[in-house]
Amino acid sequence: MPAGAVIEFHNISKRFGGVAAVTDLSFTVEPGRVTGFLGPNGAGKTTSLRILLGLVAASSGTATFGGVRYRDLPHPLATVGAALEAASFHPGRSARDHLAVYTIAAGLSRTRVLEVLTQVGLAAHAAQRVGGYSLGMRQRLGLAYALLGDPGVLVLDEPINGLDPEGIRWIRGFLRDMAAEGRTVLVSSHLLSEVQQSVDDVVIIARGQLVHLGPLSSLDTDAAPQTIVDSPDRDALAAALTAAGITFSIGRTGLLAATPDPGLLGHLAFTAGVELSVLHRQKAGLEDSFLALVGGSQSL
Amino acid sequence: MILFVRSVAAEFAKIFTTRLWWILAIVLFCYIGLLAGGLAALFAGLQTGVISPDAVNTGGGAITFGTLPPLIYSFASSVGYVFPVLLGALASTGEFRHQTLTPTFLATPRRGVVLGAKTVTLILIGAGFGLVALAASVGIGGGVLSAFGVDALLQGSETWLLVARTLLAMGLWAAIGVGLGVLVPNQVASIVIVLAFTQFVEPLLRLAASFLEVTATIGNFLPGAASDALVGASIFTVASPAGAAPLDWWQGGLVLLGYALVATVIGYAVSWKKDVT
Ligand SMILES: Nc1ncnc2c1ncn2[C@@H]1O[C@H](COP(=O)(O)OP(=O)(O)OP(=O)(O)O)[C@@H](O)[C@H]1O
Ligand SMILES: [Mg+2]
Repeated sequence: MPAGAVIEFHNISKRFGGVAAVTDLSFTVEPGRVTGFLGPNGAGKTTSLRILLGLVAASSGTATFGGVRYRDLPHPLATVGAALEAASFHPGRSARDHLAVYTIAAGLSRTRVLEVLTQVGLAAHAAQRVGGYSLGMRQRLGLAYALLGDPGVLVLDEPINGLDPEGIRWIRGFLRDMAAEGRTVLVSSHLLSEVQQSVDDVVIIARGQLVHLGPLSSLDTDAAPQTIVDSPDRDALAAALTAAGITFSIGRTGLLAATPDPGLLGHLAFTAGVELSVLHRQKAGLEDSFLALVGGSQSL
Repeated sequence: MILFVRSVAAEFAKIFTTRLWWILAIVLFCYIGLLAGGLAALFAGLQTGVISPDAVNTGGGAITFGTLPPLIYSFASSVGYVFPVLLGALASTGEFRHQTLTPTFLATPRRGVVLGAKTVTLILIGAGFGLVALAASVGIGGGVLSAFGVDALLQGSETWLLVARTLLAMGLWAAIGVGLGVLVPNQVASIVIVLAFTQFVEPLLRLAASFLEVTATIGNFLPGAASDALVGASIFTVASPAGAAPLDWWQGGLVLLGYALVATVIGYAVSWKKDVT
């Protein structure tokens, strides 16, 4: 069983001409956990991952696996498996031959080719030319490439893009399994909801800068909780709330009362003799916290 | 070392897992076969009197008949060289075009090793193209000569030296293609340059250069002229009106090698080691 290594980003910055794609980014990714690398379009996720993999040269800073730069790894494919968003295939080559080329280059066993194609559900299409593949099939082939060396570290850029519901469910379980085996799993996405069922930790960037770091639950901040309450006799309910000094606004499904405690409102209504039709807590979702962190829709 | 050997093996696999190589090889064989066969028939016909000299306009009529077989055989490189160049250029530009640099550099992060392996691989496959082209020029051209009763010179070591030097020239041309491809990674631009230069620009330059002693000396260093010097015979040297003695065969080889090295080293700096995004 290959051991996962700690991924470390140390003050990584990258400029493309005048564009600051990534600015002073530092974080670590632990083995045995699935880490979501999140940010809106253009946040710098792909750039950061390409720097980590030695494909793009950082303007400053270092990114390492267990302290070793990618280009210095003695057996790169057997240490780190990476699938990046761009479809990187010669359309005239079959999936089997595509993978075979890189097993040769990396000195891996040729039997791995069919094993990984089976693992990602492409065994039946192994001999088909990749030019005829659908988006989801290409995504799976990219994943198969990442798995070739049975690596302890997985770096996946938007692996869920283009997968069907069956594929999405499969990959979520797959990511969990990989982490449970002790591997390091770093997955990027621009949608928290896409990965929130499978990640333990989140690293959130916006405009190339780190904005949040921590376990998924740390996003559950609930800064201004409210309770939704409604009654067939809304005026009576409003009067009872006003009498108790609870401020509220009128929402689509009832009154939005500025208190986190539904029990308090239930008691108020009961003592005031007002019948309730709706009573539940309105939680700010993880996605809302995420959007607040990355600056909502103005982030680009 | 083991890394380099693996990279060469992977580069071979890249070429032989797509269709381009055998399509080019078949076209090369047919093209050279037709040309060598056709011109062998024409010249041998003239020599043996089967075709009346009055029936064709031979221009200067400068062909001395003892050189006929090497002239026919050298079509393999003097005309066929564009094929290994194309294969080499497509091999390197294809990596950019299909974004296969990403999986390639992930599997082998040492980029210089990859480019060196690609060059070595293409030299060997270019020499393979040389075999195909010679099979056409010696096989078909020589066959036609024999059919006309002209000695095909297949016993002489001269012919076999020409064969060996043709293989070397074709290998070097493939390396020039790889170098051009990293120098101009845009595939369409690269192909246009190969075709325009080999089919149009260089023949004109060689012709223009050949009229004066001074320019003829410079013209000898054009890649096509260097290649013909390496191989030792060519329709172009026969057709040129005057001038400076061509380079020695080994000088021609070094000039070709120089073009390949310069293009590859500059290409490495301007595209190969840049960000892969
Ligand atoms: N080769 C390049 N040349 C110039 N600018 C670039 C290049 N690659 C990326 N950028 C810029 O860097 C910034 C970050 O891009 P990046 O692709 O890393 O974002 P991302 O987070 O992966 O976005 P997405 O969710 O859309 O994939 C963007 O502003 C982008 O325009
Ligand atoms: Mg991206």
